[in-house]
Amino acid sequence: MADTASTKGGFGAWLLDPKRRGALLVTPAILILFVMNIFPLLWSFGLSFFNYKASSQRVPRFKGLDNYGDVLTDEKVWERFQTTAIIVSSSVLLQLIVGFLLALLFAKAFPMRRIVLMLVLTPMMLSFVSVGVFFKLFYEPTFGVVSYVLNMFTSEPFVMLGSPQGAIIGIVIADAWMWSPFVMLLVLAGLVSVPKYLYEAAEIDRASKWRTFRTITFPYIKSLLLLAVLFRTIETFKLFDIVYIITEGGPGSSTETIAVYLYRTAFQFFKTSQSSALAYFVLFIVIVLTNLYLYSVNRRAEEVN
Amino acid sequence: MTIKLNKLTKRFGSLTAVDAIDLDVGDGEVLCLLGPSGCGKTTTLRMVAGLEAATEGDVMLGGKRVNELAPRQRNVAMSFQFYALYPSLSVADNLAYPLHAEKLSGAEIEKRVAQVAKTLQLESILKRTPSQLAEGEKQRVAVGRSIIRDPQCFLFDEPLSRLDVQLREEMRGEIKEVLQDLSRPTVIVTHDQLEALTMADRIAVMRDGRIEQVDTPHNVFQSPSNLFVAGFIGTPQMNLIPATLKGSNGDGLADFAFEGEQSLKIKVDPAVSKLSPGAKVTLGIRPRNLEMSVEPTEDSLSTKIDMVEPMGAETLAHMHDGYHDLRLVTDWRVPLSEGDLMHTRFPPDTTHIFTEDEQVLRSAP
Repeated sequence: MADTASTKGGFGAWLLDPKRRGALLVTPAILILFVMNIFPLLWSFGLSFFNYKASSQRVPRFKGLDNYGDVLTDEKVWERFQTTAIIVSSSVLLQLIVGFLLALLFAKAFPMRRIVLMLVLTPMMLSFVSVGVFFKLFYEPTFGVVSYVLNMFTSEPFVMLGSPQGAIIGIVIADAWMWSPFVMLLVLAGLVSVPKYLYEAAEIDRASKWRTFRTITFPYIKSLLLLAVLFRTIETFKLFDIVYIITEGGPGSSTETIAVYLYRTAFQFFKTSQSSALAYFVLFIVIVLTNLYLYSVNRRAEEVN
Repeated sequence: MTIKLNKLTKRFGSLTAVDAIDLDVGDGEVLCLLGPSGCGKTTTLRMVAGLEAATEGDVMLGGKRVNELAPRQRNVAMSFQFYALYPSLSVADNLAYPLHAEKLSGAEIEKRVAQVAKTLQLESILKRTPSQLAEGEKQRVAVGRSIIRDPQCFLFDEPLSRLDVQLREEMRGEIKEVLQDLSRPTVIVTHDQLEALTMADRIAVMRDGRIEQVDTPHNVFQSPSNLFVAGFIGTPQMNLIPATLKGSNGDGLADFAFEGEQSLKIKVDPAVSKLSPGAKVTLGIRPRNLEMSVEPTEDSLSTKIDMVEPMGAETLAHMHDGYHDLRLVTDWRVPLSEGDLMHTRFPPDTTHIFTEDEQVLRSAP
């Protein structure tokens, strides 16, 4: 009888037992993670082997690896990958250059440095949507800032997003504007970590500015630059929001990145299974990229030690 | 080539780190700047190198005022306290680093590196990077990077401070040997008096931004010019006992009274006759000069042993007479034990007299 009493009144106590408290606390998070992330992930993986269309009531039929075959042989997919590669490489390169120069600037003390630094960091704090809208308005041919300035020199209206090249440049600038501060932060961390006495030694040893940079500064920021390239390549590879807002992939399909194409396949053409297959293909590439860079970062860390 | 400092002063805000110091270092001379941390010795060195701008005064290298020149234009070689080896470069590249500014041919650079590597026994580690080196090896590379050049002067900032005791002793000898071959003025900054005493031709003892005494190691030890130098140089520290002069004859035989009734009649420097009876002085005597006697004498104090520290060949005894602490060093064979009462003799001409303004009282030699 005492037993039942203790079990009855004690379910709460049983649950809150210190032994289970840790598990209890992480359970909600794990549940949400499972429902929102892991389950859809596995479910979509399953879907990628069927011919399921979210817009139709037909019972899906098993197709094996056919969807993957379709994706790999689809010329459009390869075109989109090329577009993505162009945007990724030029944007990351631009971010590296701008971020690096900004870091060199902010490594030195100057008046109002903190305030200017905060302003420069603002873009990466903004949401993709607002950045997209900003730049869409900047590029706007009739009243946008860019064409307004250019109109001072030429009378013709300037349509930035009218040509494929112009549209790609426009997107690259927007993305680089947003993420250069991130590269700057990483490089700045590297620059600040260089012991001051090394620069003093180089000064005593009469080393040129270039030699000083090559032999002292660069080795300290090399691994961080690599990390910056890693993060930014992976992130830009998945670039969607900015493109979708500024150009919606146009003109034609000239700025349609793989992420935008994926979105179209899934939610405009409702080729759900095929888009799942494509999504897994993209995931695979991102994982390969990540491991590639992590490998080199680890190797660099070993070198340093 | 010489280094000449003329009323050199450095202020950081309201803090005066170096206060109008004058110093000459001759060609081939090794001068040690010795002092407790924060006394301005490193700041002085950095002003000579040009890493720190002088607030006032002149830095002269080879007779030329160089205050306005950047370090690279002064042509000085300096080794840093933390060695400042370039972490991404091999030992050979580290050694060759200062030579690139001289536009030498690759073969010439290789020759010079090989030569320095031979002098400092670095041949077997030329291909390693600094992170793969032991402390002593890093230290040698830092020295090698300095001596590979033919600069106006050599500057060493705490060259041995990061080494353990045994290695330090070894390197002290090695560096001294290397320094003897250098025909340029050399300044070494150190807080370790043993380092200064063994390596330097002359020592400049610094305190609070001022030079207290510049002299040969022997003279700094034997004839300290003031209370600070007396207390700073020598281990165990010199006994410094406040006393009152009761009287003296012209030959330097003087009577001193101590707090607590005891008094001494000892032979000191004849200059003591310049003081009038009743003058407050400080008596300084090295622990190794004190002697023990069984019977009380005119030149002894009665003391009691507090603590005995065996130091190997010698024994250090801490004693007191109720008012003052005394340290005495004697041969290890002399039996001493805590609580013993004994008489401590001040032998003739071993006691330094410091007047109230902390300066030594000494007749001109």
